[in-house]
Amino acid sequence: MKIKFWGVRGSIASPGQHTIRYGGNTTCIEVRGDDGSLVILDAGTGIFPLAQELLRKMPVKANIFITHTHWDHIQGLPFFTPIFIPGNTVRIHGAFDVVSGRGIEQVMEVQMQYSYFPIREAELKATIEYETLNVGVPVSVGSLTVTPLMLNHPVVNFGYRVDGDGKSMFFTGDHEPWANIYSPDDEGYAEFEQMVQAQCDQLDQSLQNLDVLIADSSYTKAEYPAKIGWGHGTIEGHLEWVRRVGAKTLVCTHHEPTRSDDALEKVFGDAVAGCGYVPGENGAPRAILAREGLELIP
Amino acid sequence: MATLPLELERKLGIAIERMPAFPKSVQKILELTRNINCLPKELVAVIEKDPVMTVKILKVINSAYYSLPNKITSVGQSVVYLGINTIKNLSLGFAAVGILPRFNAAGFDIQNYLMHSLIVASVARQLAQLKAKGEVDPSDCYIAGLLHDFGKAVFAQFMAAEFRTAMTHAEENNVPLHEAEMLVIGTDHAFVGAMLAKRWQFADELVQCIQDHHRMDAEPSAMLDCLRTANQISRKLDLGKSGNPWRDTEAAAAPARFGDDLDATIASLGDMERFIADAQMFAQVSNS
Repeated sequence: MKIKFWGVRGSIASPGQHTIRYGGNTTCIEVRGDDGSLVILDAGTGIFPLAQELLRKMPVKANIFITHTHWDHIQGLPFFTPIFIPGNTVRIHGAFDVVSGRGIEQVMEVQMQYSYFPIREAELKATIEYETLNVGVPVSVGSLTVTPLMLNHPVVNFGYRVDGDGKSMFFTGDHEPWANIYSPDDEGYAEFEQMVQAQCDQLDQSLQNLDVLIADSSYTKAEYPAKIGWGHGTIEGHLEWVRRVGAKTLVCTHHEPTRSDDALEKVFGDAVAGCGYVPGENGAPRAILAREGLELIP
Repeated sequence: MATLPLELERKLGIAIERMPAFPKSVQKILELTRNINCLPKELVAVIEKDPVMTVKILKVINSAYYSLPNKITSVGQSVVYLGINTIKNLSLGFAAVGILPRFNAAGFDIQNYLMHSLIVASVARQLAQLKAKGEVDPSDCYIAGLLHDFGKAVFAQFMAAEFRTAMTHAEENNVPLHEAEMLVIGTDHAFVGAMLAKRWQFADELVQCIQDHHRMDAEPSAMLDCLRTANQISRKLDLGKSGNPWRDTEAAAAPARFGDDLDATIASLGDMERFIADAQMFAQVSNS
């Protein structure tokens, strides 16, 4: 298994001098099985440079898994060049949206309305397939198996665990750890706390024997109180989480769009310094920042 | 378990989508969601008092799309699982359907119905806390109380003429409403409520409880004991109208758990004023 990052920025693409080292494209991760099978996690603007790379070897057979349908995770989809070329097959997987009452098939249709994009979905030349996924039900892509898990964000968001070739990785998509909506002195506090704990435990359980944990680390612990309910996690929280689940490597991604490369390294360094262990030493998990072009072999 | 004619079950199942929610919850949801920072717990407090919103949320979340290992049985659990923002937007969608009018073509008073459902829900939860700890989740008993008569709201909304005849028959002949329904409609609200709950893949125990709440020969369970006793207490204290007035000849529904003396069980609940006032405030239809 090989993992490559093509977009690591959260919320909105942020090109410019201050993001040149880590990159300004929004979320897109390529996962390759040893047999060459291709899984793409999210279709943010980072999918466009990936598409250029893929065009070198046709036909393209891609399975795209959308964590959720917020713009920064889907915006590159109409620019995923292989969809315009006959002979290619692109299968798009994602969650059922309870609010719109529709499956993942709406993701392209919504973006390709004629006021917003010059080409209609019906005009795409590749074979495009959609698969609305069920939580916990694995999907096979060659030597890889992708399992969706329900995480916590202001829209239904699936985290994807990918297993294959004896290795494993998990990508949260956008995720804010579950929290109690009641105050400790409210009547419903204890009961809700139990439910929150059960949900956290269930996720941790699903992440057993994991090699790489890729997590939405938009904020720092100090910034978080002003961002509660926005649906994102913290660097500090994930340094704790990766240890709890016993994964080998933590990759922090979905960098805050206004955060410069220097600032990103600074907040990450501070978080690591305060996490109570030295990543990568004495059996502790490794912790790194995601950047465009980063390749990992778990 | 017997079944409803498939066509009727299908028709009613679809019709629920168009069923408006209760006036107070619609008003409160619209009010709360105007503020982007509204407190999640305030939203939950509103949704969990409305049988229509609660039914619709449980229906969505227990549907096959999320293939949950365990059934979701409360609004709180739904919030943990789907996130508060999704629940907020779902409830806004429900609010947009409209509001249930107090008086419908069936002449069924939804204000009294809601009052009854809320009292039974709160009492059932309290009974579970007092006398069934470890056997049943008190929140599940709350939902059982809130939804046990949902079939009546469905009849009133979608089979108004038949339901009106049944209500008149019950009153004129002094028989329980479910017996009159059986006579006039060929099925009763308990059965229809249970069939719909089953169709929506609600937890088996909840389905069973809704179905059995009038059946004296039903297999007892902690949830059913709490539900039926709460139902009796609500009727005896005349809190809300169930269409089934209290009869002095009635024996306590779950003597093995709560004893023979219903008045003693009522006394054991302590001060009921708080949730009576709460239910009254929520059920009351504004005249403006």
